[in-house]
Amino acid sequence: MTFVTDHILTWVTFVPLAGALLIWLAARSDASARFMALGVAVVDLILSLHLVRHFNVTQATDQFVEHVAWLAGGRISYSLGLDGVSLWLVILTTVLGPLVILSTWTAITHRVREAMGFLLFLQAAMIGTFLARDMLLFYIFWEAMLIPMYFLIGIWGGKRRIYASVKFFIYTMVGSVFMLVAILYMSVQAGSMALADFMLLDLGAEQQTWLFIAFALAFAIKVPLFPFHTWLPDAHVEAPTAGSVILAGILLKMGTYGLLRFAIPLFPTATLALGPWLAWLAVIGIIYGALVAMVQKDVKKLVAYSSVSHLGFVVLGLFSLTTTGAVGGVYQMLAHGLTTGALFLLVGVIYERRHTREIADFGGLAHQMPAFATVFMFVTLGSIGLPGLCGFTGEFMILFGSFGSTLLPHAKLLVVLASTGVVLGAIYMLWMYQRVFLGRLSNEANRGLPDLNLREWAVLLPIMILIVVLGVKPAPLVDRMTPSVERLLQPLHAEMARLQADDPQPMPLVTDLARLTEEER
Amino acid sequence: METHAVETALRWIVLVPLIGAAVNGLLVRRMPRRIAGLLACAAVGVSFALSVKVVLRLVGMDAEQRLVTDTLAPWLGLGPLHVNIGFAMDQLSAVMALVVSGVGFLIHVYSLGYMAHDAGYNRFFTYLNLFIFAMLTLVLGENLLMLFVGWEGVGLCSYLLISFWFNDEANAAAGKKAFIVNRIGDFGFLLGMFVIGTTLLPELHHGEGVFSFQVMREYAHLLGPVATLAGLLLFVGATGKSAQIPLYIWLPDAMAGPTPVSALIHAATMVTAGVYMIARMNFLYVLSETAMAVIAAVGAVTALFAATIALTQNDIKKVLAYSTVSQLGYMMLACGVGAFAAGIFHVMTHAFFKALLFLGSGSVIHAMSNEQDMRLMGGLRKKLPVTWWTFLIGTVALAGVFPFAGFFSKDEILWKAWSQGGIGLWLLGFLGAGLTAFYMMRLVSLTFFGENRASDEVKHHIHESPATMTMPLVILAVLSLTGGWLGIPHFMGGQNHFETWLEPVFHQEAAGHHEADLVQELEHGALGETVAVLATSAHVTHDVIEGLDHAGEEAMEWTLASASLAWALLGLSLGTWIYTKRQGLAAAGQRFAGGALHRVLLNKYYVDEMYEAAILRPGYAVSERVLFRTVDAGLIDGLLVNGSAILVAIVSALLRLFQNGRLRFYAWVFASGAAGFILYLTVSG
Repeated sequence: MTFVTDHILTWVTFVPLAGALLIWLAARSDASARFMALGVAVVDLILSLHLVRHFNVTQATDQFVEHVAWLAGGRISYSLGLDGVSLWLVILTTVLGPLVILSTWTAITHRVREAMGFLLFLQAAMIGTFLARDMLLFYIFWEAMLIPMYFLIGIWGGKRRIYASVKFFIYTMVGSVFMLVAILYMSVQAGSMALADFMLLDLGAEQQTWLFIAFALAFAIKVPLFPFHTWLPDAHVEAPTAGSVILAGILLKMGTYGLLRFAIPLFPTATLALGPWLAWLAVIGIIYGALVAMVQKDVKKLVAYSSVSHLGFVVLGLFSLTTTGAVGGVYQMLAHGLTTGALFLLVGVIYERRHTREIADFGGLAHQMPAFATVFMFVTLGSIGLPGLCGFTGEFMILFGSFGSTLLPHAKLLVVLASTGVVLGAIYMLWMYQRVFLGRLSNEANRGLPDLNLREWAVLLPIMILIVVLGVKPAPLVDRMTPSVERLLQPLHAEMARLQADDPQPMPLVTDLARLTEEER
Repeated sequence: METHAVETALRWIVLVPLIGAAVNGLLVRRMPRRIAGLLACAAVGVSFALSVKVVLRLVGMDAEQRLVTDTLAPWLGLGPLHVNIGFAMDQLSAVMALVVSGVGFLIHVYSLGYMAHDAGYNRFFTYLNLFIFAMLTLVLGENLLMLFVGWEGVGLCSYLLISFWFNDEANAAAGKKAFIVNRIGDFGFLLGMFVIGTTLLPELHHGEGVFSFQVMREYAHLLGPVATLAGLLLFVGATGKSAQIPLYIWLPDAMAGPTPVSALIHAATMVTAGVYMIARMNFLYVLSETAMAVIAAVGAVTALFAATIALTQNDIKKVLAYSTVSQLGYMMLACGVGAFAAGIFHVMTHAFFKALLFLGSGSVIHAMSNEQDMRLMGGLRKKLPVTWWTFLIGTVALAGVFPFAGFFSKDEILWKAWSQGGIGLWLLGFLGAGLTAFYMMRLVSLTFFGENRASDEVKHHIHESPATMTMPLVILAVLSLTGGWLGIPHFMGGQNHFETWLEPVFHQEAAGHHEADLVQELEHGALGETVAVLATSAHVTHDVIEGLDHAGEEAMEWTLASASLAWALLGLSLGTWIYTKRQGLAAAGQRFAGGALHRVLLNKYYVDEMYEAAILRPGYAVSERVLFRTVDAGLIDGLLVNGSAILVAIVSALLRLFQNGRLRFYAWVFASGAAGFILYLTVSG
């Protein structure tokens, strides 16, 4: 067993990839491909639970570290690590993995082997992105995610799938190219590709500004932050259910993860100067996404725009530059992964039965599919942040943390504006629910639709349980995240201390921070 | 050991109804109806019994020590931010818990009969149990965040139960409206919490829960600078939940729910949550005169405003709904003038008689084959004797007739409005009280007196309700008579036990403490002795003046109480006389006002229409046409994203022209380039 546990991160990352290759080479029938994929995903989930069990709660730095010299005389390394931020994002990925595969059981009927392979391939790339601690390795995983997603949308998507997949691919690619240039520039300075060496660089303010912009652009497109979001509704509407679930559940978090992992700690000076701009874009996105979601006529597009709104909360939390806000941001990534993932699964359930997602085609569905309606209501409540369910926990920490931020100018105004998203979220979700599920069963085409079957329950029930657990018992997750989040914000505190030392007359803001950091020690 | 049992009893008060809801909810389609209903009733019964047990323990304690706490687990520990999952019962929570579980139990029993033939029977009891769970969390939560969990939970149950008969889209819309309007209030509530939390957090010792009521009260002196802001923000939440101007608009529509729901949620318990919250946060509110003045004014205006609307409504439940809005205004008025105990007293008595009136109206509606229009009722006095007598008791209690419950609580509020608020506030309340008596007697006359105006078909089916429905009516009628006797005021020779019981909760320890600190600080200074002497003499003078005032004050209390009583009796008699003997007069009254005033009242001052025209329609139009069509699809996606793609395509198409593989073209380009170059050299040279 030590063979596995000593390289647990490698195993968690590459088991799905090996599974994908195995399915492509060896699966003889559609059914065997499905079962093999499910089996691989379950194995990966079990492996990842090892990480939770043996995670050291108090340690802020990376754990289960693997580091092997790889290329260019060791300047490029195979380097994996896991801290409290990566931990839960990896778990989110491995939890959603088998559920997504189970959701395709009857939805994907042609080229099943390829689909299963791509799903596992994608899982490997996503996990690798969360774990990579070498910038070239990170970039490889980062770009590798695009390939399976491109095919998932392009092959198994809807009518305009080609347009959507090309748009998705090019748009995110454009952003990444700037990041690649920035990485190469920094690697020359640092003499290696190791993230640890990047952290040691002493970059001037102007350098930081350009590098921050290059990184932030790549991540902002992925989030997506307003106004870089228009690829998302197209991708979601055309993607098959499984693609949408992964896209909303995990892929979008790559952007916010990148901001927290790289942009903020690597460029503290630039973060202090430019972070407020991102916070404003985030708040605009919260309100804008919600208002645009409200007027959508397609359920899936509505959920897609709601993601713009929800991810705005995450970015606001991160750029509050407070521990509470940033922990809330990470927490909201998980919560959004669960609720929006579940919403896309639910939209998939009805699409599979009716081949339409137009709100106007439904009405009174609760009469015909009461269990489905109940689950939908439950997930909706999680999504709009009912206290006791997961959405509230994250939003509360984000808004509370941001409200008390001393590093974010106009923090209180931003929180007031962001909080309107809480009202708007209820409006667009409940209004949609009313039009789809309540009233008379007016459309004859909906009569006789079967309610949730056992397989669909098996997909949804674990997520529902987690939605409650994350709402009622956030402490175990938060305790494991907090030290790592504090560590990622540490360069900012150092930067503030430096500014204070340079400035004989410290701003009140700086003294506040110094006091805060002292208390934290 | 014994104490321990009492403490853990606290969590079961809250959790047993949740278990009831879970069992009924999970087995919603398998559970036999009888068992589902009985299980739900039993769950609330257990909660009530346990509440009584813990309250008895409280009674046995020293007045200042009355507090039982039960902490389950930490919810969040993030640096200095600590929040626990826990419950606490003090004198205030005790009153609320008894009312919620007690009245809740009676309404559960009533529902056994009322909902007997409904297809959604099991679902109904699931929601009802879930509501009791949330409401008890609200009143027993040990911190503001737990209160908020309950606050949102009751909002959810309200939503689910208003749209219970969701086949009719109007009901579904009413439920959604309730949820969203309450969310607007919660927006304020959340911000109020943030203001308090960020103010206190840097000052706390490690491990102290920032939102714990105990902790907040202890550190209340630090909240002075933000008291007005925080108080008003929390009050925004209260205007949503407790249906005050300007967020009351959801409550009348909420009558779309089954009548037991109207009685339990939209009269007796949930809507008083805002009043409870303000009473709970009294240590904050006393720090801000502005916030208090706003609350008093909003309460008083709401009390009168809603009463005027109630005058003209024809739907029996709508009259009661506006009456509830009005009565909630009185409770707010009480809180606003600092008479928190009076406000809570009215919460309790109102829970008795308004639950009774709603359940009575349910009995009427049940008998009238689901008719709610009073113009099609009448003469039910003989046919529904139990309903009639209990309804009459509820009516006089609401009107504030001595010695019924409403008299004592409303009189206390009006007296405090007079003595601590001012004549303006009192007058608004006083006018509203007369209207209350009048519109209630109008309702009673139209429903129970005269000839029945229903169709023969309906008439044929009129019958008194079964015992499960009439028994709760009788019990609530007894409470509507006797409930006020807990708070017989001193001027009438009573002890006002109710106020005495709540006194330790509302007594301003924190503020007093602060003052004492100040005096002590001064005493240590050079002027110490002088200040001490001055303070003592001022105190003595104050006492003397108070003594002199006392006699005059008592006379004033007698005067006001008599005036209120006379005013109520006048309202009652006028209401009866006009709507039984002089129907023509009512019509003449409508004509006299030119019909316009009547129309304005009947249409509820067109407030819904104003919101619709000012906010909803423009909001949708802007989102749809400007944000979605123009900005999103047009500007961002069309112009910038696809525009840059098109630009790349055009540029590459142009460049492609040059890569056409024809030798003659290349030669021509080369030649013209060379020619241009030479030209350039000659011209510039």
